[in-house]
Amino acid sequence: MKTRGALAVGVAVIGLGLALAGLGVNPYVYFAGYVVLQYVVIATAWNVLGGYAGYVNFGTPAFFALGAYTSIFLIEALRAPLPVLILSGGLVAALLGLGIGYLTLRLKGVFFSIATFALSVVLQTLIINWEYVGGAKGYTLIRPPVPFFRSWGVLLFTLMVALAVVTVLVARTIERSWIGRGLAALRDDEDAAECMGVPTLRLKLFATTLSGFFLGVAGAPFPYYVTYVEPSSAFDLNYAVNALAMPMIGGTTTWLGPVIGAVLLGTAQQVATVTISSELNLLIVGVVLVLFVVLAPEGLTGLVRKLRRR
Amino acid sequence: MISWDLVANAVVAGILLGGFYAAVSLGVSLTFGLLDVVNIAHPAFVILGAYAAYMMNSTLGLDPILTGVLFTPLFYAIGAGVYRIYYASFERRGEESLRGLVFFFGVLFIIEVALSLTYGVDYRLVEAVYIGKSIELGGIGIAFRLLVPCVVGLLMTLALYLFLSRTFYGRAVMGVSQDQVALRLMGADPVRIKTIAFGIGIAAASLSGALLITIAPVVPSTDRDYIGRVFAIAVLGGLGSIGGTLVASIILGVAESLMATLFGPSWSLAVSFGILLLALAVRPAGLFGR
Repeated sequence: MKTRGALAVGVAVIGLGLALAGLGVNPYVYFAGYVVLQYVVIATAWNVLGGYAGYVNFGTPAFFALGAYTSIFLIEALRAPLPVLILSGGLVAALLGLGIGYLTLRLKGVFFSIATFALSVVLQTLIINWEYVGGAKGYTLIRPPVPFFRSWGVLLFTLMVALAVVTVLVARTIERSWIGRGLAALRDDEDAAECMGVPTLRLKLFATTLSGFFLGVAGAPFPYYVTYVEPSSAFDLNYAVNALAMPMIGGTTTWLGPVIGAVLLGTAQQVATVTISSELNLLIVGVVLVLFVVLAPEGLTGLVRKLRRR
Repeated sequence: MISWDLVANAVVAGILLGGFYAAVSLGVSLTFGLLDVVNIAHPAFVILGAYAAYMMNSTLGLDPILTGVLFTPLFYAIGAGVYRIYYASFERRGEESLRGLVFFFGVLFIIEVALSLTYGVDYRLVEAVYIGKSIELGGIGIAFRLLVPCVVGLLMTLALYLFLSRTFYGRAVMGVSQDQVALRLMGADPVRIKTIAFGIGIAAASLSGALLITIAPVVPSTDRDYIGRVFAIAVLGGLGSIGGTLVASIILGVAESLMATLFGPSWSLAVSFGILLLALAVRPAGLFGR
């Protein structure tokens, strides 16, 4: 698929989203669709760092929540409109990403992962003690009348379609450029890549910043979606596990992997939440994650590739 | 105005807490420090041990710590089994670090969700004669529910230290991360040694879980608080050093206790993770590093 073709597909997907928004089916479809698309953004963003560069980030909730709480702060302080929230949420999370990028100078492999987890908890503690954005009690958002669309559900769904398409297109572009090849080189052997003249630090900083940006973007509309945000829901461990499990299931080396993983696992969770229970669907995520990492470490795209080769 | 009485009480409580933290962290020092297996699911096994103590206490009225000791063989077996899966899936293929980490993260999540499915998300606690009693020494109150876990934690630390330094298997564990070929020449199978060590690590986790539920009520998601604590202690103590683990545990216990007394309990969790981030960024080899 050429870049122009990919762009056309992206525009078509957004058009499809708009069409679906216009159809006015059962509101739950938009509600659930938003979550699945949000996971497309999260999984793709996580994969830029985790899949392409090989740095496993356990701190997804930190970035997601930073996006959400940046929104809350701006709503509270300036009554800022949604596009501003998304951009600022992304930028603040990108700054955090830049910070953990410098952390990679000292921390490799598992130490990096543990540090990102620690970061998430420290940030959560800070938010819990910050009364302005609701503290431990949480923050209730009163949504203004919805512009252009029939309901907030439809608007947010359409927005997430667009965000997902943009994120995937950016990830795909990176993967196919020299940056993607450089990241793959440092994933396989960082020292060797450095010796061959790959600017590893600059590439890592780029990957952590970009990954952080899109994780923040995914979190920025969250207050509008749930209207009540508390630290434990914004910093939910589920985001960390899903961000990991979805690319692992789909396959981490290509842009398609996280998309497939997010759509499959995200949809399965939404169905399981309605039909069985929300606790059980989390159990399914955990079991699927462990099964895939043990039995099919290359993910579904890896399995398909293996079958084709035969 | 800070009351010195309050500070002295906080320090004593922190030291007692430190003895318990040592018990929780021993397993990680062993598996992460000596075997290079990053068992991030360790705190989940701690909580599993706590629920075992709760189950036996609420149905049979058994003492939680006695239950903890009785359950160690079972958890040893579970640990040995988990290591075998880990070895066959990751270590033998030489891709242990990151995928192995993801594997243990999944195990942690499964245990946590399975526990909340079985027991719900209510706080569970145990009853024993010493819980609620305390003695007073020179104006400083010592609660038995902290003192007993601390003593057991110190005994566990001593036992592990003696095992590692005095027995053949213990020395083999110390050697397995350094030189596997030399270990083979000494007539010991590295995989078997690692299986034993990992089993001991999980058994220690379950026993420390019984101590945990003696100190405070437990919910399935308590394990998340302990991820930062155990890895902060293991890294700060210098990976694999048992003495270092004890010292780091007491430092963390006192720091958290002071933080909770002076600034409020909601800040105390940030202490461990803050220390962890600082230790990782400034001195990854820890205080007593190899």
